[in-house]
Amino acid sequence: MTVTELDTVEAETATEPRRVNKKELRTARGLLLPAVIFLILLTQVPFVVTIVYSLLRWNLLYPNDRGFTGLSNYASALTSGDLWPSVLATVLITAFSVILSVALGMIFAILLDRPFRGRAIARTLMITPFLVMPAAASLIWKYSMFDTNIGILNWLSRTLGLPVVSWSTEHPMLSVVIVLTWQFTPFMMLILLAGLQGQDKGILEAAQVDGAGTWRTFTWITLPHLRMYVEIGVLLGSVIILQVFDPIAILTKGTGGTKTLAYLLYERAFIGLDVGQAAAYGVVTVILTIIVATVALRTLFKVFMAGGSR
Amino acid sequence: MLTTKRALTFGAGALASALALAACSSGNVSTDSGSAGGGGGGNVTLNVATVNNGQMKDMEKLKSEYEKANPGTTVNFQVMEEGDLRAAVTADVASGAGQYDIVTIGAYETPQWGANGWLVDLTPDLQSDSAYDVDDLLPPVRDVNTYDGKLFAVPFYGESSILMYNKEVLDKAGVTLGDTPTWQQVAEAAKKVNSADMAGICMRGKPGWGDLFAPLTTVVQAFGGNWYDEQWNATVDTPEWKQAVTFYKTMLDESGEKDPVSYSFNECLTALKEGKAAMWADASVAASMLEADDSPVKGKMGYAHMPVEKTQQSGWLWSWNLAIPSSTKQKDAALKFVKWATSKDYIKLVGQQIGWSNVPPGSRTSTYEIPEYKEAAAAYAPITLDVMSSVNPKQPGVNPQPWVGIQYVSIPEFQDVGNQCAQLVADYLAGRSSVDDALAKCQSLAQAAGDKHKS
Repeated sequence: MTVTELDTVEAETATEPRRVNKKELRTARGLLLPAVIFLILLTQVPFVVTIVYSLLRWNLLYPNDRGFTGLSNYASALTSGDLWPSVLATVLITAFSVILSVALGMIFAILLDRPFRGRAIARTLMITPFLVMPAAASLIWKYSMFDTNIGILNWLSRTLGLPVVSWSTEHPMLSVVIVLTWQFTPFMMLILLAGLQGQDKGILEAAQVDGAGTWRTFTWITLPHLRMYVEIGVLLGSVIILQVFDPIAILTKGTGGTKTLAYLLYERAFIGLDVGQAAAYGVVTVILTIIVATVALRTLFKVFMAGGSR
Repeated sequence: MLTTKRALTFGAGALASALALAACSSGNVSTDSGSAGGGGGGNVTLNVATVNNGQMKDMEKLKSEYEKANPGTTVNFQVMEEGDLRAAVTADVASGAGQYDIVTIGAYETPQWGANGWLVDLTPDLQSDSAYDVDDLLPPVRDVNTYDGKLFAVPFYGESSILMYNKEVLDKAGVTLGDTPTWQQVAEAAKKVNSADMAGICMRGKPGWGDLFAPLTTVVQAFGGNWYDEQWNATVDTPEWKQAVTFYKTMLDESGEKDPVSYSFNECLTALKEGKAAMWADASVAASMLEADDSPVKGKMGYAHMPVEKTQQSGWLWSWNLAIPSSTKQKDAALKFVKWATSKDYIKLVGQQIGWSNVPPGSRTSTYEIPEYKEAAAAYAPITLDVMSSVNPKQPGVNPQPWVGIQYVSIPEFQDVGNQCAQLVADYLAGRSSVDDALAKCQSLAQAAGDKHKS
């Protein structure tokens, strides 16, 4: 409560009416207006159009049978039994990929933070997976890594005398998570590396002088310092991975509990060719995402806050 | 009308901005050419939407020959991935937007679109042209492109499915296959030649109505099942289906490729070429790739009819066809181009300019009488012609069906039903669900679609 009051007081002093020239304010707003209009046109108008579509009976295969249908598209979206498994798939894939890539990203960031010969080359190589286009990355994994005949992973297991694994058939979700983790580890690594390099070396030296070991220095000084960077990484990673499409379309085609909301939407729109229903799924997805973003992320960050202030 | 059009353009935009962009750009092109054609006469631009298969790309290469022979005509090709083509062309033709003058459509779409009145009836124009020789088109391929006695599209190339096997491997194991083996014989043979290094047989398992369900539907029909009975009642929960789907899984488990969900046409083709699979039942067009000069198994392959069980023939029938949307403003010019691209002369032109093994197969009987083609395609041309003229698209299964076509049901809902059922069956193939569960769910999906077509 006290925090909010403080904020308002500061805000008031910053925009004190006497000090701000009204004319200047108008000019500033005028200059901002085109950008605001552009933003609204680009993001809000399509959303309103989507809402309108979701209330229509409109299947591209039946062009002559179009009309207002009320909420029946929402009813069919909520009762068809496709939505909740798809929500679960999206949450699981996002959660596993983000957690794994943060963990791996942390390890690589710590390794790369130490000075060694050829560090620049190592860092560039580490970043490459993030620069590969998602579809290309999935194809690389499908043919060069997972394939039962020519894939590297199965060549390894054959060489070691282990049974051949048919990744996409037997472990569809794991396959998707592996590809996503491979792609997003560099992203997390970059953010965490920035955090590590921004750390005050003096404090670390002081800790060393005080007799703290490497592990204690890491858990009590470095980790709390990295908290903010982990939060940013998790937030950005979740936002991007929530919309994941390519590895699913290329590796599993939505089988074995990997049909994410993005893939489900694609199926309704481009295979079912049902514009109304696809729009309804889209609106439901947006609502669910807003709920997740506000509730889940806030609780998550509270946990972090509590951990940091300990 | 204007508002409807605008709404539809918006709809396309909401579906995919890329699609909308394409619509804008080529829309401009047609208006330009429309006014030019009206003003001066002679200058015509034809917009052709087509699929990115080899034969279609050859057509694009040869379009200059057509433009040379018809001064003033420009032909624009828009080559797309199959899925994109279907979405783009359906949206355009259904809304009557008219950005394409010629569209490439599959045998699945022709009767439906013909019935909707979206396509120009080609029967009178083709029949009156004796040089075109419409009766030379292979009868089964003509059947699947005919609705209500009218030919709505002409085949550019057609294919059936055949069984392909590595003769060397089968001979070594002492296995011989007849001209038309049964599925049980094929499963036995696959088991015998199966080894750690080489799968006995490669079959499509990638979920999708055009992937897994293309061969699986023909297996179901061979076992006596089908999607619907004559009254559009779904018949997916029948013992025949269960037998066929269980057979498919058992064969894959015992001697198939290891990772079926990843495998479709291209993956199986690679496996066969690399010697990682001994047999393969798939599209007949694959034979020309296995016999290509760069193929390691060239000359080592044997070919047979698609395996049967209760039916006489179980090859599928597919063709890519050229059709003219009713919304075109340049019907006559479009017709002229369609005739050229599907004529006997065009086939000879491809043979001379690009190569005889690249000739579009399975559209005309006369193709198989050209000496140069007979020589270039000696390994697979006779069996392709034989299979393609013996399949019966009007009744491929044991029981009569209310649509014409093999391997698919020509109702708009089938893509969706087939796709969802393929995912259910793929889960069964991976051992995540039971066959009864998968087929029961598929039955209810199929029934919901069938109910819309009961009269």
